[in-house]
Amino acid sequence: MNRNLTFLVASIAAVSTLTACNSSNKQLTKLTLTGSSTVAPLASEMAKRFEAKHPGVRIDVQTGGSSRGIADAESGVADIGMVSRSLKPNETQKLQAFAIARDGISPIVNAKNPVNKLTNQQIVAIYQGKINNWQQVGGKDAPITVINKAEGRSTLELFLSYFKLENSQIKASVVIGDNQQGIKTVAGNPNAIAYVSIGAAESELKEGTPIKLLPINGVEANTKTVQNSTFPLSRPLMLVTKPAPSGLAKEFLDFAQSQQVYDLVESQNFVPLTPKVAQTRN
Amino acid sequence: MTSLKVKTLFPLPRKLLKLETDDLLLWVLILLGAIAGAIILAIIAFLGIEALPVLQQVGIWRFFSDPSWNPASGSYNLTPMLWGTLLVTGGAVAIAAPIGILSAIFSHYYAPNWLATWYRRLIELLAGIPSVVYGFWGLVVLVPIINRLHPPGTSLLAGIVVLTIMILPTMTLVAEASFTEIPPEYLLGAASLGLSRWGTVWQIVLPTARSGLLAGLILQMGRAIGETMAVLMVCGNVVQVPDSLFAPMRTLTANIALEMAYALGNHRSALFVSGLALMAIVICLVIVTEVVSHPKIYD
Repeated sequence: MNRNLTFLVASIAAVSTLTACNSSNKQLTKLTLTGSSTVAPLASEMAKRFEAKHPGVRIDVQTGGSSRGIADAESGVADIGMVSRSLKPNETQKLQAFAIARDGISPIVNAKNPVNKLTNQQIVAIYQGKINNWQQVGGKDAPITVINKAEGRSTLELFLSYFKLENSQIKASVVIGDNQQGIKTVAGNPNAIAYVSIGAAESELKEGTPIKLLPINGVEANTKTVQNSTFPLSRPLMLVTKPAPSGLAKEFLDFAQSQQVYDLVESQNFVPLTPKVAQTRN
Repeated sequence: MTSLKVKTLFPLPRKLLKLETDDLLLWVLILLGAIAGAIILAIIAFLGIEALPVLQQVGIWRFFSDPSWNPASGSYNLTPMLWGTLLVTGGAVAIAAPIGILSAIFSHYYAPNWLATWYRRLIELLAGIPSVVYGFWGLVVLVPIINRLHPPGTSLLAGIVVLTIMILPTMTLVAEASFTEIPPEYLLGAASLGLSRWGTVWQIVLPTARSGLLAGLILQMGRAIGETMAVLMVCGNVVQVPDSLFAPMRTLTANIALEMAYALGNHRSALFVSGLALMAIVICLVIVTEVVSHPKIYD
């Protein structure tokens, strides 16, 4: 009886010293990320891969919008905030930002459509229903099918803010959810116009889908112009921290910016940041 | 003699055993029934709890009186989507029900045996195809065809056509099942009265199978209301009451599927309200059919 008890105490002590050793090796085993719902799916994928490489580490990803990402990172509620836009001047003073990808949006039309470019005013007029025939912008005599995004999608918000439109002004003939649905609809309708994530459109183009990306302000819509920030309708996806990152947070940020996650970035239809990799791919 | 012997040998255990199995079965059934009921109640409660914040803030009435559905800027009008759901469901059921019943009559009473067997296999196959496949077919084949007739192609009509094809097999299979349950004496009686084949079907089969046919109608209506992906892909999803068959429109289910991924706060809560509305429609449907069908099934 007595011996059993000693054994039990000894083993408990052994186990607890072991765990103590373990936790002292890695000071932090849990990271919390909160913020943008655009970045969250990408961050969760990155977190999964990071956890697989670092056993014992747990990364918790919660959505709630870019403003929550900034607020939580600033107040210390989250170790890292997720933001899907450029930081405002007063924010850049308080926070450190680490871009992990870019997201570009371009208008697309069917490959059969003879129209090769549209001015910003023309795009605005088309989406407001003031131009409703392709003839008015140099195309065939056919009514324009206007494809808009569903309420709440970040692609919609970016599009609206770039063209200074209100969603209630838009006269859409089709409302879509994800990029794939927009691409499929444009591919099946020679008179349709939509706007989708450039990454998604490019990967569909490679598979021979009959669509055409239109330039904005004369800048070609492709991964390269998004990467070097010359394409006007794009935004960075970022992770932000308040103090200079250290330990596990730094490890994760380095990992999220490294080439090890480029396939994840591309699978989410975003554009990876270093042009070197894109060049080898193209 | 032998049975008496057995009875006297094991009088008590057998009785006990029988009681126990019966009791066990009873309790298992009660338990399963309670679980099923509890799940339904839990779903309604969950929908209610999630929808409560926005209902408290803006009230129920604004879901019918707001100028538009722009939840990001605080407008929550659900009526166009209610209409969309009812129109697309009603249209599909109106076409699918007669075709389904007629094709069941054909395979059950008119077709030669070998044809009926193949026909049935075909219908079963049709019932097993996932709805996304129908939706995808609609998007890449049907919508471009309608687009040539009257742009933009994604429309109420496309929704009705895809839904009709989807729910047709449900109707046919349930109708066939209810034909099989008709007592053979009825048919023998009809034959001895010298009724023609169509006369038998019209005057004996259809009235007798009425409750089964109604059940099939409800089942297919339920499937049509709940269908999401196919409708999402072919209907265009513009929030408006469609003014023609070629106008795009949005259903309640498509509304949830389209916006849930990015909805936060009141927007998210408003989507649960559209779920509640859907639930209310289904409950009304069940009540109506219960009232209509029940008293007169076998008179």
